[in-house]
Amino acid sequence: MTLFVTTGRARRLTRTVSSSSRRRAVKGWLYAAPTTIFVVVLFLIPLILVVRMSVSRWPLLSGNQGFNAPDNYTKVIHNRFFADSIVFTLKYTVLATVLLIGLGLGLALLVQESSRWKNLLRASFLVPSALGLASASLLFYVLYSPLAGPLRGLGVSFLGTPNAALYSTTFLIVWRFAGFYMLLMLVGLQGIPGDVYEAARVDGASRWQTFRRITLPLLRPTLALTTILCVTGSLLAFEQFYILTKGGPDNSTITVVQLIYIVAFQGQNDLGVAAALSVIVLVALVLINILQLRAFRTDER
Amino acid sequence: MIAFQRGSRLRALLTIGVSTAVLALAACGGGGSSPESAVSVGAEGTDDGTNLTLWTRAPLEKQAKLLVAAYNKSHKNQVALTVVPNDDYVAKVGAAAGSSGLPDLFAADIVYVPNWVKQGLFRDISSNVDQLSFKDQINQGHMKAGTMDGKKYVLPFVLDLSMLFWNKDLFKAAGLDPEKAPATLEEYAADAKKIQALGKKDTYGTATGLNCGGCLVFTWFPSVWAAGDQVMNAEGNQANFTNDTSKKIFQTWRDLWSSGAVLPSSKDETGATWTAGFTEGKVGLMFYPATLLSSTTKFDAGVAGIPGPGGGSSTFVGGDGIGVSKDSKKAAQAWNFLNWMMSEDAQVEVLAKDNDVVSRTDLANNKYAAKDPRLVTINQVAGKGQTPVALNFQQAYNAANSPWLTLVRNQVFGDAGKLEPDNQQITSVLSSQ
Repeated sequence: MTLFVTTGRARRLTRTVSSSSRRRAVKGWLYAAPTTIFVVVLFLIPLILVVRMSVSRWPLLSGNQGFNAPDNYTKVIHNRFFADSIVFTLKYTVLATVLLIGLGLGLALLVQESSRWKNLLRASFLVPSALGLASASLLFYVLYSPLAGPLRGLGVSFLGTPNAALYSTTFLIVWRFAGFYMLLMLVGLQGIPGDVYEAARVDGASRWQTFRRITLPLLRPTLALTTILCVTGSLLAFEQFYILTKGGPDNSTITVVQLIYIVAFQGQNDLGVAAALSVIVLVALVLINILQLRAFRTDER
Repeated sequence: MIAFQRGSRLRALLTIGVSTAVLALAACGGGGSSPESAVSVGAEGTDDGTNLTLWTRAPLEKQAKLLVAAYNKSHKNQVALTVVPNDDYVAKVGAAAGSSGLPDLFAADIVYVPNWVKQGLFRDISSNVDQLSFKDQINQGHMKAGTMDGKKYVLPFVLDLSMLFWNKDLFKAAGLDPEKAPATLEEYAADAKKIQALGKKDTYGTATGLNCGGCLVFTWFPSVWAAGDQVMNAEGNQANFTNDTSKKIFQTWRDLWSSGAVLPSSKDETGATWTAGFTEGKVGLMFYPATLLSSTTKFDAGVAGIPGPGGGSSTFVGGDGIGVSKDSKKAAQAWNFLNWMMSEDAQVEVLAKDNDVVSRTDLANNKYAAKDPRLVTINQVAGKGQTPVALNFQQAYNAANSPWLTLVRNQVFGDAGKLEPDNQQITSVLSSQ
């Protein structure tokens, strides 16, 4: 869209302003309008509101009480769960990303290689993706329940210790999302031209060499996309922990977004402080995404 | 692929944008929090066919539905009831309060009432409450929680008391007297161990919600009160769990846990299923909500007050208070509902008939209670019970990450030596502004 507009503008500079080019520019803006409206209404306006909220005293139950910057930001940093929640979120993100990218790629290769069971395998890996995350979490809540769960006879406490809770939740996420990442990887794999593989085979490359030297480099754009999706998604993790662990046991599984929810609605009931934390998360996320894009882009070219 | 990456960045931004939007909308339009003018209407209120709205939280759904149905049947005014899941109730009320969208009437967990009154969510109904001939017989715990600066803001909607329930079948099997409740916390622990010693499959001595701050407040505070102590100072800004009574209670439970007489899932119990074990007949005795008496039908259950170390008996007078919201334009009609709710018709013919606790002591010995001596016990203990008052109650005790939960878990499973700092942490949350 920007391409249209700029070429239109460039033409306007060189030639005399013709009515047809103006019409084209108007058309361009019209094409862009739905997206613009969407971004302004759903992103820009809430963003401005949240920034305003983050510099105001704003209790949940009594509304805006006026400007108080930077109190909310100091309160966030002094929150007794602030550091812990960041550490836990990062730990969870690394774990989930490594597992999901690895498994997604592995499953994609498996599905691509095997010809006989291809459709069955693809479908069975993808089925969990059809379930909403909250529904999946509830399903696992019952599965893990020491009182009603079908696995209670094993005598294992799935959510009882900090590590068990982390691994049990990660297992849910892997189950829920592995198929989705497999699908993205499959699209990437199918985008690699067959003649490259043929050439490799003619040159006598082994399976491992083909994977290392051909599949991985040519899959880089897909890997970039999946990593960014996965890292962003994991950093914003909420439902699974909200439903499965509620941040427990002993406050060991509080993610950053959950902390926003806790501050806003569970006790402190302070929207100002919650908004300040949201702004901090937003800035951090934008920075992390820029860094990731940079890293993958330089490698690409 | 580049386009894809842009897309993902946009999506990431949108994800945050949307989540922040939710937060923003939850509070946008905030502003004026000045308390609305006091309600002063005719003694009976007005019954002119107005539609009223009423919100309550899910645990009291049964009682709320009965009350609303009975009112709608006998009045021209019609009340539309909205039941909200327990965990979402504060968020929903908060969002509505910020945007002046509260219903005409809404109930609140009685422990949150002092805070919500202070935030101006309820209208002052003193002049009408004072006209009630039985105003001194209304449950004092609830009335105290809903009173600020001498003005009354709420009436008791549904009382929920914590009581000692025991399974008479299991008592018999363990050679205990099925008609006699343990008189002290020590006896309670001994009985639990005896039932555990039966070695019955999937059957345990006792159970509780050890990862549920609200459950622990509800069931363990009464042991402190029964021994004549207090859990907080009168202002509700200082925790008091380092006294000998509290220490004895924590030691008793630590010992019960390590002896294996506690239902194992109690350790991770966040409150969703904390009563299920007893209701299914798999737990010998437990501190349990009295509102569940009518659903505990699988076996013969005994009911008594909660004992403390060395004896005594008390209860946590919980449940919900109800008031007219600051946003209601129909105060006269709303009062008509409240006035009817406190009447003998509603208290006896709706609540008592359903085996629920009445909120007026003068109606404690009603005809339905007479049929079931357990109800008389509950109604009598209600008078001896307490409702703790603190502005930051939710954050200090009920929240999933509350310092109270940390204290209890350290005392039962962890490093019991942390009592002083854990108690200090509760105090600092209670006293924060």
